[in-house]
Amino acid sequence: MTEYNNKSLRLVLGAGTLLLGLSATVVADSGMTATMLSDTCAGCHGTVGNSVGPAIPSIAEMDPTVFVETMEGFKDGTIYSTVMDRIAKGYSTSDFEKMAEYFKQQTFRPAPQPFDESLVAAGEAMHQQHCERCHIEGGRPLADEEEYHILAGQWTPYLRYTMEDFLAYRRPMERRMATELERLIDTHGEEGLEAVWAFYASQQ
Amino acid sequence: MMMKRRDFVKTSGALAAVSLLGMPHIARAAAKKVVIVGGGTGGATAAKYLKAADPSVEVTIIEPHRTYYTCYMSNEVISGVRPVERIMHNYDGLRGHGVTVLHDQVTGIDPDQRSVKTAEGQTISYDACVVSPGISLSYDKIEGYSAEVATKIPHAWQAGEQTRLLRAQLEAMDDGGVVIIAAPAEPFRCPPGPYERASQIAMYLQQYKPKSKVIILDSKAGFSKQGLFIQGWERLYGYGTDNSMIEWHPGPDSAVISIDPETMTVETDFNDDFTGDVINLIPPQTAGQIAIDTGLTDDSGWCPVDMKTFESKQHKGIYVIGDACIATTMPKSAYSANSQAKVAVAAILARFKGEEPGIPSYVNTCYSIVGKNYGISVAAVYRLSEDGETIVGVDGAGGLTPMDAPAWALAREVSYAHSWYNNIIDDSFG
Repeated sequence: MTEYNNKSLRLVLGAGTLLLGLSATVVADSGMTATMLSDTCAGCHGTVGNSVGPAIPSIAEMDPTVFVETMEGFKDGTIYSTVMDRIAKGYSTSDFEKMAEYFKQQTFRPAPQPFDESLVAAGEAMHQQHCERCHIEGGRPLADEEEYHILAGQWTPYLRYTMEDFLAYRRPMERRMATELERLIDTHGEEGLEAVWAFYASQQ
Repeated sequence: MMMKRRDFVKTSGALAAVSLLGMPHIARAAAKKVVIVGGGTGGATAAKYLKAADPSVEVTIIEPHRTYYTCYMSNEVISGVRPVERIMHNYDGLRGHGVTVLHDQVTGIDPDQRSVKTAEGQTISYDACVVSPGISLSYDKIEGYSAEVATKIPHAWQAGEQTRLLRAQLEAMDDGGVVIIAAPAEPFRCPPGPYERASQIAMYLQQYKPKSKVIILDSKAGFSKQGLFIQGWERLYGYGTDNSMIEWHPGPDSAVISIDPETMTVETDFNDDFTGDVINLIPPQTAGQIAIDTGLTDDSGWCPVDMKTFESKQHKGIYVIGDACIATTMPKSAYSANSQAKVAVAAILARFKGEEPGIPSYVNTCYSIVGKNYGISVAAVYRLSEDGETIVGVDGAGGLTPMDAPAWALAREVSYAHSWYNNIIDDSFG
């Protein structure tokens, strides 16, 4: 946290004038440090965003663009959630950006979870054929890549829920994903997805 | 668990190097000391986050119990779906972060001398003291109730033996029995707790003792998540029908004012008598005893604090967090305690550096499990008010699980509730 605090401090000082105008409405820049904002997430998402599971996702090392887009989607209701819509409405885009930067600097810890080993090879083949073009390197967090989604080592129940939402049009997806998903399910059925989850869970 | 491992290793490595060079004196003379009174969720979180943010701070947490039982999720122990071991936590995690853990009883805090005295005769000085004592139960507000009577008529509002006792009584009860839950007036720990408890007990009885019933005698005319609980009870337990497994009797008429443990009868404010086979009597509460003894409480029995820092308004240098403090609309919950601890830690560290405290951010998220695969939640994002006097919810944010939510969404909330539990435990004690 040390290296980050210096930066956060500058953010606070820069927002000095806003200290006086604080209210209970969402303001463009609340003047809160990234650490102060992000620490409030840990009660559900785990310390520094590494969830101990089994269903709440880890958000450590998340891609910052994806983080902000997802939070905006929760906030405006375009992405379904049980509780995150209610929480996201408490923050501004600037708050999201600070949190995104904080979580990007953390180290993602793959979920230590059980998986069906007999499905991993098939799941890897499906991933390679349908997913790898966008979710490169099996969906790992990557230093030099932009807009990655962490799939490798993410908690399986969360991936399952998110896929249910995609398939039920509760969460928007890009056309190429819809196309590949349709192909995957046409070929392997929805149970094919279980193999894909096993592959992601196997990357620990 | 993995707290910024790289920073942690780097810093402890640096400290070790200093010691090896044989010049620890200067460093030690400058080290700030924080004493934390109470090893619940608030105290544990404060200890962990102090060490994570500044390993040079000497952090001592004083807690008489070697095992901490969380009151949150204890309703699942009472219904039998969770083994008691899974609400038991120890302090090894904090020790691993370099926190000194003393299993001792604080007998006094001297705000002028800035020191804490313990039952085993230690006097420990501090630069800042965090008081996170939880609640103390006002037995005297219910005629006939006492700590001794509670060994027969459990409150189970401080988890541990009391939780086991209530569970054992439910297991021993015959089918067709009546369980009475007496719910206290505001403010009290865990506002949705009595109603989740009624739900969990009904779930157990429905499966094992279906002719039995839960009667809630309430001091209040309404309660937390009321609409959602009642919808859940209608869907699951026949609420509102002649065969309902749950009855709710609103206050103030139904407030329990006395107990006769011999006849297992309680009397309400309206002079009605109710006899139960199991009685769970949750009395009114105040801040934990040490907060009262230290003069940290006001006439309400709770501790007024600066909303920006959680520093006591009665005694400088003491920060009161968790259930014991008055935090405006923030409920007395584990999430609040965890969130408040982080705000207090930031304020303490700013003070040590001679800086103004930063702008706080607070959150509460609170799940209740109404039945199998049936979870509901309330969430809020809070800010300091413009005048700095109150903690207020952000407009348009927060709120409850929507009414009429589909089964799959309610099932997700249960798995998120269990994940929340694992994560808040890990974030506080791990």
